[in-house]
Amino acid sequence: MRRLLFAATVLAGITPAAVRAQDAPTQTLRIALAEDGDILDPTIARTFVGRIVFAGLCDKLFDINEKLEIVPQLAASYEWADPKTLILHLRPGVKFHDGTDMDATAVKYSLDRHVNLPGSTRKAELGAMDQAVMVDPLTVKVLLKTPSSPFVAQLTDRAGMIVSPKAAEAAGKDFGLHPVCAGPFKFTERVAQDHITLDRFPDYWDAKNIHFARVIYRVIVDNSAKLANLQAGAVEIAERLAATDVGDARKDPKLNIMVFPSLGYQSLNINVGNGPKSKLPLGASALVRKAFELSIDRTALMQVVTNGLFTPTAQGIPPTSPYYAGEVKPPERDIAKAKALLAQAGVKTPVTINLTVSTSPDQRQVGEVIQSMASEAGFDVKVQATEFASMLSAEGTGDFEASGIGWSGRADPDGNLYSFLYTNGPLNDWKYSNKDVDTWLDAARATTDVPQRKALYAKVVAQVEQDLPILYLDSNAWITGASKKLTGFRPIADGMVRLQGLELSK
Amino acid sequence: MKGHLGKRILQVIPTLLLVSILVFCLQQLMPGDPAMVLAGEERDPNVIAQIRAELWLDRPLPIQYLHWIGGVLQGDLGFSWRIRQPVLQLVATKLPVTLQLGAMAFAIAVGIGVPAGILSAVKRNTKWDYLANGIGLAGLSTPNFWLGIMLILLVSVKLGWLPPSGYVPLSEDWRQSLATTIMPAFVLGNAIAAVLMRHTRSAMLTAMDQDYVRTARAKGLGEWRVVLKHALRNALVPVVTLGALELGTLLSGAVLTEQVFSIPGFGKLIVDAVFNRDYPVVQGVVLVTATIYVLLNLLADVLYVVINPRLRDA
Amino acid sequence: MAGAIPKAHAAQSPTKLAVWRFCRRPAALIGLFIVTVFILVALLAPWISPYDPIKTSWTMIRKAPSWTNWMGTDENGRDVISRVIWGARASMMAGVVSVGIAAGIGVPAGLIAGFVGGRTDMLLSRLVDAMLAVPNLILAIALAAFLGPSLQNAMIAIGITAAPVFMRVSRGATMDAATNDYVEAARALGNPAWRVAIRHILPNIVPPVLVQATLAIAGAIIAEAALSFLGLGQQPPAPSWGSMLNSAQRFLTQAPWLAIFPGAAIFLCVLSFNLVGDGLRDALDPRGK
Repeated sequence: MRRLLFAATVLAGITPAAVRAQDAPTQTLRIALAEDGDILDPTIARTFVGRIVFAGLCDKLFDINEKLEIVPQLAASYEWADPKTLILHLRPGVKFHDGTDMDATAVKYSLDRHVNLPGSTRKAELGAMDQAVMVDPLTVKVLLKTPSSPFVAQLTDRAGMIVSPKAAEAAGKDFGLHPVCAGPFKFTERVAQDHITLDRFPDYWDAKNIHFARVIYRVIVDNSAKLANLQAGAVEIAERLAATDVGDARKDPKLNIMVFPSLGYQSLNINVGNGPKSKLPLGASALVRKAFELSIDRTALMQVVTNGLFTPTAQGIPPTSPYYAGEVKPPERDIAKAKALLAQAGVKTPVTINLTVSTSPDQRQVGEVIQSMASEAGFDVKVQATEFASMLSAEGTGDFEASGIGWSGRADPDGNLYSFLYTNGPLNDWKYSNKDVDTWLDAARATTDVPQRKALYAKVVAQVEQDLPILYLDSNAWITGASKKLTGFRPIADGMVRLQGLELSK
Repeated sequence: MKGHLGKRILQVIPTLLLVSILVFCLQQLMPGDPAMVLAGEERDPNVIAQIRAELWLDRPLPIQYLHWIGGVLQGDLGFSWRIRQPVLQLVATKLPVTLQLGAMAFAIAVGIGVPAGILSAVKRNTKWDYLANGIGLAGLSTPNFWLGIMLILLVSVKLGWLPPSGYVPLSEDWRQSLATTIMPAFVLGNAIAAVLMRHTRSAMLTAMDQDYVRTARAKGLGEWRVVLKHALRNALVPVVTLGALELGTLLSGAVLTEQVFSIPGFGKLIVDAVFNRDYPVVQGVVLVTATIYVLLNLLADVLYVVINPRLRDA
Repeated sequence: MAGAIPKAHAAQSPTKLAVWRFCRRPAALIGLFIVTVFILVALLAPWISPYDPIKTSWTMIRKAPSWTNWMGTDENGRDVISRVIWGARASMMAGVVSVGIAAGIGVPAGLIAGFVGGRTDMLLSRLVDAMLAVPNLILAIALAAFLGPSLQNAMIAIGITAAPVFMRVSRGATMDAATNDYVEAARALGNPAWRVAIRHILPNIVPPVLVQATLAIAGAIIAEAALSFLGLGQQPPAPSWGSMLNSAQRFLTQAPWLAIFPGAAIFLCVLSFNLVGDGLRDALDPRGK
């Protein structure tokens, strides 16, 4: 057994003991989070901000890089045996924080847990999985119900996080209070709404790339406070700075302000088929929706609300993605044409539109700007600022005409399109239905051939831009501020703060 | 007197029971399904159904209420749906923060309110009286959250003297702790200072009309000595009584102030819980707050009766 | 507090006496003057505001105060002074309407509790205790969320939240008045209870309720601002002082004028209502604090 273990660590290319023998890192890294996360259990966690903490706590089977390519993490490689069989080859010698082995048993356990635990929010992401089978201690075979090329991409996020079966079994539903994973840092302490502390895990498989003894995630909700803390040196990194603060922040010579594209988008979701509100002019007529779109100057909107840092878009696929459909561009504002379309649709102007936005000041501003722009084309937009929980329920029951809930984005285009556009898709609250779109989306899932998938998504995107159940406004950008002393930050579109390689000069 | 107090103590129980029912019903009235919030961005209908079952959200309301109140009676306030920490534990970590803030605010309020009240009573109907009154009213008229914003703007942004927000526990670094709490404590304290000032003023005016004060004066004691030694001692009692009541309103005022200064106390806990539909946290925190409020009221009542013998027969 | 009442006035009607006492307080008069100004500003908003409060201009975003825009422009290029002027409408309405609702619920409840007594009183009093024990703002947030975000609903929410205080005040005054000889006499003469309540008791509870109402308007204006600050009050693009503060938060360092002016307006308005309320209290009830 001992020999086997030794062989395994050699295979991994690094002996943790050797790292421990060197000077262990002593520095602390402090990261400002824009909000408090939810439960720290990868199976039932749901917030974006929680994922940032998981980046320090729980390694995943795969990761993505700057080009949105899938790269190995806990899995060393993968192969498709056939379109319904995925073989995962695991990295040898990986330990969980409790000292147990991260092996095929643990991977099968975690995938099963993601699917079966009551209240799991991973169930949909792994919906294509039929079962996971252990082949040998370092090989897992995942059998799918139907071919699903986006499946591997799902394993680059929470659904690919592997937890210690021993700890998870012992803790049951309270696992999230003291999570045990195989990430670079282990859980130490959490004070709700204040901070989460993680300490270095000396036996981490990639320990040579970890240069901190401790990471503290501090919750600082207020934007100006977040920036002030960064400027004062009270934190080394702050995620999601306000776009309007970037101008000031860039004047500070001690700071490095990074703006890079995200996977997500902001949009107006239009009720085209869910209940009586879809019978109103906007939901009933694609001409009216087109006119509405033409009345909005996305570039000016982004200029006003985000100082031009977010990019206007007319599709759900992020511009960084190899699948981005370059030919579908947001149309220029055209009031005359908008008015003509309204006349063609035969509706009485002004056309009233009830637009629901969240109560956050920047979302209200988006509403106000659109209201002002659209009024010139003959729309009377009534902005309803509603708190988020009410907004979700209203969307679910079809009690909305147009609603401004965006999407944080996924690495594979399927994650940004399928649920929203497929007939009766789980997030298709506006009940959009187009047989062609359904066929293309299914076909794109069934093949792993990139050019073929790209062509299919281009068709989807073009059709949606014509039907406009979703009026995409912009693809978001991440604005991350860091101390100039900090090196090694990787601007990857998922917005995570990867701790591997981060270093603080003295 | 015993009868009166006994009655008051007996009233506490139905009041708290009503509070619990009130909060429970209010939450049900609010639109927005907690299971939907908990189901995450994907909002899988199966997951929503599972969450509803697990949290008893699919059972009739009275059953849900009895389930919860049954736990409360056994000292179990449930757990936060959002982060799964026990509510009791959340309360235990947040209460000290708000108590520290409250204690500082109260110290500031007494420090400003009582001397100002004495001054305006002694110098009644002079410019000092008007000035003290004016400042007091100004404190009462400023919206807490706006004063907070203005202080951040002036003291932190312009002058750079104090951190704009955040909180450091006393146990960690007491100087930093004071630095992070002094501004919010002032914001909370200044409105109470105004109330205390008015009470002190009127209590002092009454006291200074009493026979023993006149006697003391007649004995040729210095005016300030008379005021501080004889009048103030008697005037302070009702002030302290009313102060206990004001502590209750302080808890309410902390809600927005903590929001503005990003202080992780009771107020922030509850506002976030309301918006996240974290029912057990809202219920638990409101119940704890209400209990404190009701007990302070009771204390004020008891003190008042003890001080004011005439009320004993009432 | 207004000092000894000269004998010459003692004989006059209580109303005249109260007016006389009120007018002797310069602070109260100043307060009344400012309140009047604010009411006029609210009523005359369409005529006195220099610009359209919701007219956006993408070339005039967040400009500092100048001769053309005395209080600067906001994040959508709208004129801040015009928005402060129109915001007075929302705030005044919120103050008056929600206090009307509060008094409308609280006074009858207090009258009934104080006059009928017994179990009714017991039940109503416990309910009031319970409502007062829940942090005010939480009660208002929950109600406002339930009713849906709008200025009208915020006013209803604030009104309901403020009702318990009115109930307490009028209950106390009713119980005081009920012990008066003429009330007992009226009852003994066989007058129905409701007539006694309305004829003989109601007039007695008007003064304390009036004082409470003035002070409550001040509180309601702050409450509306707080709800709008959280995004649950006035809906965009219509301005209210609270919603202006809500959007100002994002630009504290770049555009402080966005926070200063609406806040100052709230302060001044609330202060003057408090001054009037204080004056009224001294004038109507010289024994009170």
